Amino acid sequence: MEISGSALFVKALKEEGVDTVFAYPGGNNTDLLDELYKNPEIRVILPRHEQALIHEAEGYAEATNKPGVCLVTSGPGATNTVTGIADAHYDSVPLVIFTGQVSRPLIGNDAFQEVDIIGMTRQIVKFGSTVREREKLAERIKMAFHIANTGKKGPVILDIPKDVQTEMGASDYPKEIHMRSYRPPEGVHVGQLKKAFSLLQSAKKPLILSGHGVMMSGAEDILKAFAETMKIPVVTTILGNGAIPVGSPSFVGNAGMHGRYAANMAITHCDVLFSIGTRFNDRITGELSDFAKNAKIIHVDVDTASISRNVVVDIPVVADAKTALEKLQEWAKEPEGASLKELDDWRNTIASWEKEHPLSLSVKEGVDPKKVMEGIDEVFPDCIVTLDVGQHQMWATQFLPVKRERPVISSGGLGTMGFGFPAAIGAKAACPEKKVLAITGDGGFQMNMQEMATAVVSGLPVTVIILNNGYLGMVRQMQELFYDKRYEATSLCDEKGAYVPDFVKWAESYGVPALRVEEEKDIESALCKARESDGPFVIEFMIPSEINVLPMVKSGTPIDQMILE
Amino acid sequence: MAGKMKKRWIALYTENEVGVLSKVSGLFSAKSYNLNSLTVGTTEHPDISRMTISVESDDVTFEQIKKQFNSMVEIIKVIDLTNVPIHMKEVLFAKIKQIGPEEKAEVFRIAETFSVKPVDIGTDAIILESTLTERKNDELVSILRKSFKHIDVTRGGAVAVEGISTSCR
Repeated sequence: MEISGSALFVKALKEEGVDTVFAYPGGNNTDLLDELYKNPEIRVILPRHEQALIHEAEGYAEATNKPGVCLVTSGPGATNTVTGIADAHYDSVPLVIFTGQVSRPLIGNDAFQEVDIIGMTRQIVKFGSTVREREKLAERIKMAFHIANTGKKGPVILDIPKDVQTEMGASDYPKEIHMRSYRPPEGVHVGQLKKAFSLLQSAKKPLILSGHGVMMSGAEDILKAFAETMKIPVVTTILGNGAIPVGSPSFVGNAGMHGRYAANMAITHCDVLFSIGTRFNDRITGELSDFAKNAKIIHVDVDTASISRNVVVDIPVVADAKTALEKLQEWAKEPEGASLKELDDWRNTIASWEKEHPLSLSVKEGVDPKKVMEGIDEVFPDCIVTLDVGQHQMWATQFLPVKRERPVISSGGLGTMGFGFPAAIGAKAACPEKKVLAITGDGGFQMNMQEMATAVVSGLPVTVIILNNGYLGMVRQMQELFYDKRYEATSLCDEKGAYVPDFVKWAESYGVPALRVEEEKDIESALCKARESDGPFVIEFMIPSEINVLPMVKSGTPIDQMILE
Repeated sequence: MAGKMKKRWIALYTENEVGVLSKVSGLFSAKSYNLNSLTVGTTEHPDISRMTISVESDDVTFEQIKKQFNSMVEIIKVIDLTNVPIHMKEVLFAKIKQIGPEEKAEVFRIAETFSVKPVDIGTDAIILESTLTERKNDELVSILRKSFKHIDVTRGGAVAVEGISTSCR
């Protein structure tokens, strides 16, 4: 029996096990939406802006480890997704994005709401294609899901012209697909890994740098086992935070621009750096010529192109983090004798660095962000946390431990302000039984706060924690430190110093309860009220306007040269 | 450590689809790689294209370029032609204009020396057609520029195939 392209689209989603679609309607995707209407088993969530739509799908994908599925219209619907797509590309978040397109005869005519979205997104997707033939639709959708969710995961975009959506054709959807041009790495080169293992074993001052790849492949347990057996300390990237639990004897903390003193010193002084699931982003390395200058470097990554791009490595290993760590753990044994002594000395050195300059925050008046994080730690021991981008994000990574029961979803590579709140809504759609907390700044929150309507109307109650300092704080901090306090375009207050908007009144207009906390003593009770609430909830913490995230490595300087106070 | 800048060659087998050429060439601008020339045509399989690409890079960047190509979903195979026997040719047309009888004779002498063909001629102009290697074509252009004031050069970019028992690059 012949069916329409739109009917095939929905059939494909069902076969792929899709239960939720984030969709915004428009002139060129209404046929697809009409089929979704007829299939109520797939939930359609309507956001209030397409950028937020993509972040919601990202939150969903990160919370479930399944691709987030998006449907938008042509033209502005498509262009609004670009920031989100770039974000997903940077952080390897699997998404399948369907864009409506004008009918084939109109393509190239500058038709109403026509843009070449495939051309525009070519450098920020894993794969993108306009489906120009109805008979190729099934294969293309199968490819999209396969490519998005294998190897180094990422966003895939399929552009479907309106007349392909309505054209009748075969109803078959393939069970599997073989692509001659796409074979994600499987297994691991045992010889390379053996070399890496020997090097690690012979090291006097070994260090593991663990990134997002470890979390994405679910290798946290095996990493912990390996590091603890071999007595190797572990430092993490922002997105790798939580790869090793805070209580582990191998835990050191985050490295990089706002990392711990001990972590950055450990990278600078280690003799073997075993890096896994991270691409040596400049926020981690600082000045490249000084990065891990005393170390031989091993790099395990599923993406060949990430290896030896920023840092030239001694032993490259192309593999999924979990596959590599499982093999390594087979060989792991506890160090003894002289080697144990050397490792103990190394760990003591790192511990003394930590003692010398522990993470700290000095707040004289107003609410202390560190105390807010400690309060969240206590009141929300098990929940999903999403972060926006800025100072609050760094304080959260510094002072709120990531645990299995409390995963953190954050925008790493692209640093997309406006990510946190919609990502929380997406995570809530994925895990309705869990509490979801969006920790955000007053600047980033305003970039997508229209999504409160989505949270309310679609019944996706999340708690929003706003750390309000009245500034775009991260840039203000740079202006303070490197531009002699010339605060150009970073204040979010009016001429008289009053904050706009009033977030409490704003929340009330959505029927959402909100609290403003101006004193430390009220932190816990406010958080408890949010915990007890069944609906969305907003707490605005009034933090001091001019406090800094420290330590800080100035962009382009070596990571052991930190501004500490 | 990065090695010295030199000219390198890659052949790519890709899916013959809309946008692939744009994705390949877009990589060079997106990542600031130096592209010298890029040619593309279909193979014996109509759904597979083959590209010949020449780049100017150091060792590290060249490794990175190959890896980037390898990780592109539409690319079937990446072949490094830099250090293997290959046969390479480039089509070139040179139109020499506003010339008198003596200069015409000079054009024929150059053509004979380089083994290139005059394919068209008028009262005061000649078109030469060359299918030499890229380097030989460079030399031909250089001498034509020195000898004549008014020339138009049209080059097609190099096409290369792996050699069997000989090499010509």
